[in-house]
Amino acid sequence: MKLSDLATVIRSKNAGPFELTFDVLFANHDDFEHVVRSKVLSAEAFAGLFGISVSDVIAVVEFEPALAIKVTIKRMRSSGAFGETDVYGAQQHAPLLSLEIPD
Amino acid sequence: MRDLSVSRHVTILSPTAILGYGFPESSFRAGLARHPDVIAVDAGSTDPGPYYLGSGESFTNRDAVKRDLLLMIEAGLDLDIPILIGTAGGAGAEPHLAWCLEIVDEVLCDLGRCARVADIASDQNRDSLISALHSGRITELDPVPPLTQDAIEKSSHIVAQMGVEPIIEALDQGAQIIVTGRCYDPAVFAAVPIRAGFSEALSLHLGKILECAAIAATPGSGSDCMIGVIDESGFTLEALSPERKCTVTSVAAHTLYEKTDPRYLPGPGGVLDLSTCHFEQMDERRVRVTGTQLQKGTDYTIKLEGAQPVGFRTISIAGIRAPDLIQQLDVVLKAVRDRVFANFESIDPSEAQLLFRVYGQNGVMGDLEPLIDQRPHEVGLVIEVVAKTQSLADTVCSFARSTLLHFGYPGRQSTAGNLAFPYSPSDISHGVVYEFSVYHLMIVDDPVSPFPMRIQNLGEVR
Repeated sequence: MKLSDLATVIRSKNAGPFELTFDVLFANHDDFEHVVRSKVLSAEAFAGLFGISVSDVIAVVEFEPALAIKVTIKRMRSSGAFGETDVYGAQQHAPLLSLEIPD
Repeated sequence: MRDLSVSRHVTILSPTAILGYGFPESSFRAGLARHPDVIAVDAGSTDPGPYYLGSGESFTNRDAVKRDLLLMIEAGLDLDIPILIGTAGGAGAEPHLAWCLEIVDEVLCDLGRCARVADIASDQNRDSLISALHSGRITELDPVPPLTQDAIEKSSHIVAQMGVEPIIEALDQGAQIIVTGRCYDPAVFAAVPIRAGFSEALSLHLGKILECAAIAATPGSGSDCMIGVIDESGFTLEALSPERKCTVTSVAAHTLYEKTDPRYLPGPGGVLDLSTCHFEQMDERRVRVTGTQLQKGTDYTIKLEGAQPVGFRTISIAGIRAPDLIQQLDVVLKAVRDRVFANFESIDPSEAQLLFRVYGQNGVMGDLEPLIDQRPHEVGLVIEVVAKTQSLADTVCSFARSTLLHFGYPGRQSTAGNLAFPYSPSDISHGVVYEFSVYHLMIVDDPVSPFPMRIQNLGEVR
């Protein structure tokens, strides 16, 4: 199964001009727990998916009240600096969509 | 105006997520019918990037801001309740504040009204910042690099985020309309309930949600109204358009938005702690929040934001459809780059940076793009130069464009030209480029003195 089959929201956005944050939200507790247990959104897995070093992953937070997993990474450059591709950071989530989740 | 110091609740109306993003008048009227004690709106964000803080321009449209203010000011004065505007002009520096005050004055004149208007500046003096830097009162938050004196000197504007304290001071002095410079987003929503004696933690948490108006509802919207009612033990949220509702998930999910960690939200003077908070569905459309805490630090810190000019930009936009060129585009672009700098040997490469953005390949994600081996049937190309002067940027961009247009790559069959231009002229001089130069925390002695306030009567003086 793919992450996009289980999650209701998969998004990215700046968290301030120096960080990029990804939110994955689920409709129910079972799906949330399933993905948390699978560890596909660990710092190591995330770094591999986006080709960054693990030390650039700032935080992985499982936030149960919102049935959400949140991963925050360092921006490649501060928002809007030379070489910027996405000032708001709102279109960096796509590689997460096809992430395989073990049954 | 009700005496809030003896009231059991305070009602706060948030018309829209950003002043100028608009709201349906029907939702706003539904909010007015709930007898709000304050109308508050956030007008700022760093999301649109460093240009707006750096240049002093607003990222919102003047006519759209005026439309929103007209409805808010008329209603606020009619109900005799304060109208609070946070982070005027989008970035809150001196030109943004002046821009917003001018619109407020114009609205008051259009309405034939007069009001006592406070403005609170947030610009920070360079010399004071340099002395704070050298006395260790300015610190960075990872992953931001340490602040330097050079960055302070080169920044065109440096502002600090105020907390609720300067706003409360303006309310104490009888301001009917308060327009702030850079302001911690929740502060304009939290100031009235905190002044009336309600929990700081709950007031700030409520402000954190109301600053985005109906984004915390489902379906969410950044241009629709939300109302919050705070009492002694918690607060209740309700979207004012019948098509939206607040659910535990929509409100809790909003807590994640644009934050590093949803459990701990740092702000001026303390950290909002949501690890113990509880979200409860009251009925189909309302959510109640309780249990939020505030961890106050020993020092009062405020966040500084600054932007500095780094050069001038020129761009040229073109498309490529030739399969053989797309196949070897990386090699061709490198050869063009070498040719450009070989032609202008007098140009120091540090004075002109050249960039090719290849849409269809990795134009959106850059180095984060995992699908690097796929080749599309067409690509969009942006040739970009940032240089020390506009003239130099124009020169390098023009030469890169003409070199690529006629570049002879191996096996080339379409010998008439390599690029499809949608525009004539093909090159666009884009003006000054800014970068975020300051994003640091500063310890201050008190929360009010860095933010000078002025009160004046604006509008039609009777």
